[in-house]
Amino acid sequence: MEKRSIYADNAATTAVSEEVLEAMLPYFREGYGNASSIYKLGRDAQRAVEDAREKVAKALGAEPREIYFTSCGSEADNWAIKGTAELMAKKGKKHIITSVFEHHAVLHTTEYLEKHGFEVTYIPVSDKGLIDPEDIKNAIREDTALVTIMYANNEIGTIQPIEEIAAICHEKGVIFHTDAVQAVGHVDIDVHKQGIDMLSLSGHKIHAQKGIGALYIRKGLTLPNLIHGGGQERGKRAGTENVPAIVGLGVAIEAATRNISEKNVGITKQRNKLIDGILTLPYTRLNGDRDKRLPGNLNISIEGIEGESLLLMLDMYGICASSGSACTSGSLDPSHVLLSIGLKHEVAHGSLRLSIEDDVTDEDVDYILDVIPKVVNRLREMSPVWEKMMKGEKYE
Amino acid sequence: MLYSEKVLDHFSNPRNVGEIEDADGVGEIGNAKCGDIMKMYLKIDNNIITDAKFKTFGCGAAVATSSMATELIKGKSIDDALKLTNQAVVEALDGLPAVKIHCSVLAEQAVRSALSDYYTRQGIDPLPIVGEIKEPEE
Repeated sequence: MEKRSIYADNAATTAVSEEVLEAMLPYFREGYGNASSIYKLGRDAQRAVEDAREKVAKALGAEPREIYFTSCGSEADNWAIKGTAELMAKKGKKHIITSVFEHHAVLHTTEYLEKHGFEVTYIPVSDKGLIDPEDIKNAIREDTALVTIMYANNEIGTIQPIEEIAAICHEKGVIFHTDAVQAVGHVDIDVHKQGIDMLSLSGHKIHAQKGIGALYIRKGLTLPNLIHGGGQERGKRAGTENVPAIVGLGVAIEAATRNISEKNVGITKQRNKLIDGILTLPYTRLNGDRDKRLPGNLNISIEGIEGESLLLMLDMYGICASSGSACTSGSLDPSHVLLSIGLKHEVAHGSLRLSIEDDVTDEDVDYILDVIPKVVNRLREMSPVWEKMMKGEKYE
Repeated sequence: MLYSEKVLDHFSNPRNVGEIEDADGVGEIGNAKCGDIMKMYLKIDNNIITDAKFKTFGCGAAVATSSMATELIKGKSIDDALKLTNQAVVEALDGLPAVKIHCSVLAEQAVRSALSDYYTRQGIDPLPIVGEIKEPEE
């Protein structure tokens, strides 16, 4: 089979689309004005920023004045969580609820707050990678300031019951934030209907450039200013606007949220073919609920092999993928997400994540399904762990 | 993760992969929980390592360091093999990323573990000759 080049790591980042790049280009050399300037060049830049804000708002079911541009998803998460913490601490509320398998942009922020006098409850997830809203209900206290739960998990793609969680929070008068970096463009979101108070998103996951994100903050909720300085972003996040990036985000989110359900039919079909194909290999398991997951995500544990080796070998065949192995994270522990759904360390080391989009072809899927068994068998042949498994010995 | 060309070469075309059925010494080091296991097989004749093979569960660096370690000891005397340091393996591979240095330590210890087994099989206490085998920390 001829070597192909397949990018199956869209959950890590995406290429800037043609449409986005075209929209951005005029703002580098021609429309380079400062959006705060009074002359036409400045006014045009401001108009472009506000036009992008409208597009982001529309995509989320929000009002434009509820959208604040940030430099990335992590910044949006930090602002939402630390900002709410500061705001509510004044009212004596210093308890935060989150889940054990959030992105590090959330987990490391709550850990930071723990060092500064806040108490944090980490809600466990089921073996399918889902949060039970009842657990959140039971964890809410008189002094709970914030509940922050990711919309969809970045590794195993499981989609959380956001609407139910939001309803519980509102019933109890608690602010609800969701990190929707992985969800935007893949599931239908309507922040007002769903009762979301704050939502973080990132541009580079939906074919905008890296270095642009946004935080939706429901009107009436006044977070402390993030960056002090000029009056940009209604004074809440100072700094001269990155006009091309903002314009790009507007175009990207409009494209990403166009016909989501239609696009998802095809992606889900290809994804399921990949899941079923890979699961024909012995000693493999799908991580995360099969149905309540992002259409393009699959995460499979392949016992007897280690993830980084798998990725390096897939790369030799032109396939870009990801793993929750410790070796790819630079730490000694495998992914906290895979451990949170009950995987043993040795199984978590051998996980594979593919994240595909609607550009994936039947030929791509066939190629991946041809390559993976070859690579897995080759690695298993040289694996002393696999040897022991086959002899029925314990290998821990 | 920036691997040298040599690491990638030894990963994609590992030398001496496999088992030696009638090995004179077999050593295993590491555990699956921490993500790396190396098993090393040695054939020894007249104090000379005539053949070396390995099996490894682990990352690219784990495979490459196992491969390089077997290359460095094949045809050498036991004394020379005992002098093999992880640093020598790293240098032979044109360097390793800092977080992967522990893989080279595993390779060094896998060789010592196999030699230790060789002496045990000969009825000789390996400890004074080979020393303690260092298992990686969990």
